[in-house]
Amino acid sequence: MISKPFSRRSFLQQSALALGGAVGASAAGEASVEMPFANGHRRLVKFSQKREMILLTHRPPQLETPFAVFNDGLLTPNDAFFVRYHLSGLPESIDAETFRLSVKGLVKTPLSLSLADLKGMDSVEVVAVNQCSGNSRGFFQPRVAGGQSGNGAMGNARWKGVRLKDVLDKAGVSEGAKQVVCDGLDKPVVPATPDFIKSLEIDHARDGEIVLAYEMNGKELPMLNGYPLRLVVPGYYGTYWIKHLSELNVVGETFAGFFMSIGYRIPQTPGGCVEPGTTPTSTVPITKFKIRSFLTSHMDGDKLNKNQEITLRGIAFDSGAGITEVQLSTDGGQTWQGAKLGKDLGKYSFREWTFAWKPGASGAASLQCRAFNRLGETQPTTPLWNPAGYMRNVVESTSVTIL
Amino acid sequence: MPRFPTLTFLLLSAAGIAALAEPRKFDLPAETGTYRSGEGSQLAQTFCLNCHSTEYVETQPPMPEKFWDANVKKMKDKFGATLPDDITPLVKYLSANYGAPAAVR
Ligand code: HEC
Repeated sequence: MISKPFSRRSFLQQSALALGGAVGASAAGEASVEMPFANGHRRLVKFSQKREMILLTHRPPQLETPFAVFNDGLLTPNDAFFVRYHLSGLPESIDAETFRLSVKGLVKTPLSLSLADLKGMDSVEVVAVNQCSGNSRGFFQPRVAGGQSGNGAMGNARWKGVRLKDVLDKAGVSEGAKQVVCDGLDKPVVPATPDFIKSLEIDHARDGEIVLAYEMNGKELPMLNGYPLRLVVPGYYGTYWIKHLSELNVVGETFAGFFMSIGYRIPQTPGGCVEPGTTPTSTVPITKFKIRSFLTSHMDGDKLNKNQEITLRGIAFDSGAGITEVQLSTDGGQTWQGAKLGKDLGKYSFREWTFAWKPGASGAASLQCRAFNRLGETQPTTPLWNPAGYMRNVVESTSVTIL
Repeated sequence: MPRFPTLTFLLLSAAGIAALAEPRKFDLPAETGTYRSGEGSQLAQTFCLNCHSTEYVETQPPMPEKFWDANVKKMKDKFGATLPDDITPLVKYLSANYGAPAAVR
């Protein structure tokens, strides 16, 4: 169990501030939020097994976590964890008794594993961030097509399940294996739409890090987060974290499905970015997270008192190299000081940071945070851009007023 | 402490087993969005609701006509949408009702 060092404020108040806008109620009395970008009006809607979440789309379901949740604790509660589907052909129902994971292709013994079979194997636990490739896409300038998320298409959970490596070893991977093709129970509405299928390089699939999770934060997975089994690919963008995982197909070539060969690709340039508004000459599949950090304790528009010491708090994460330092600037990026790092829940987890600050002068102040990892990587001060709106990791700024 | 710990335990575990055996279903709230009324809205109602809800369109940034032209072509070429041969009226509808304000077009 982790302690709860985070403060709690009223949920609605915080979400309003987190979004840099007002929480309102429509004529129908329905709660809504304004994201701080053009056409950012969003309804707050409650889905089954979820608290009120920021509605991006109903069908298929796409829900964003209200940002205030990230100040409540390092683990994102299951009922607040973001939801991102691509296809509307959701399974009618899923029966834990009859559910099977099939393991086939270039394996010595094809398998059909029940949940009981999987739970009978050695279990592992990992705390890992899942983040949508397009988290923060709404902030891209120039704007790009796709899900217009704020910063809440991410979450951190404790996942329990079996290693993909162990499942593959049980089947016995044959000579010539190149990739593992992973599919779940969600399907397109019409056959002409490509199915959402992802592939992992065989060495990655067998490195022991990837988990087939049947538990999330100590409970079965919510339906909308992939019940009863989902792929957990620590450090990699959410596109690989196949929900309702039903098939692993070991193949001898590079899988060419739409969501690998056309969708979810980034410019083949250092940093995966191009000049804003331009088209890359070549692309590669998106893979690992870029390093990021956020201030969670204070929001745009907050008012603070001069000469009164407060604690700034937030989170940082990368793709698993490990966060070594978080720095704070309270003068809009001119000078930086080290923050205190909190408990280490593992290299794939959110890492808490805190920073004691006594505002010295009244007026407007811009608070910024930036993280560093073991590889010496940090965040850019100007946003990187690519046409699909992936991997945003600019240094975030929060404007407050000192009274 | 319950007065009859064994009985309570038995009842709880029976409930637990029943809960496990119950297949899980998606219990999704009713979809509420409709395409904005305007010339051509009937086209969107006919051709743009099969695979996803209207918020896919509703939440896009205010963008010029060429964005909507590319969007409709993507639906047809990449996602297999069945559309009329002439997509111009659809693109005009989307651009007029969800596009950039005239000033920035
Ligand atoms: C055959 C199925 C199908 C039909 C019909 C369809 N779409 Fe889509 N649409 C998709 C899929 C699949 C996506 C991607 C979903 C995702 O990634 O969440 C998508 C995404 C979108 C997006 C989000 C932006 C993007 O590029 O991903 C918009 C906007 C959109 N569709 C508009 C339309 C419009 C307008 C029509 C009618 C002309 C239409 N769609 C008809 C399948 C369809």
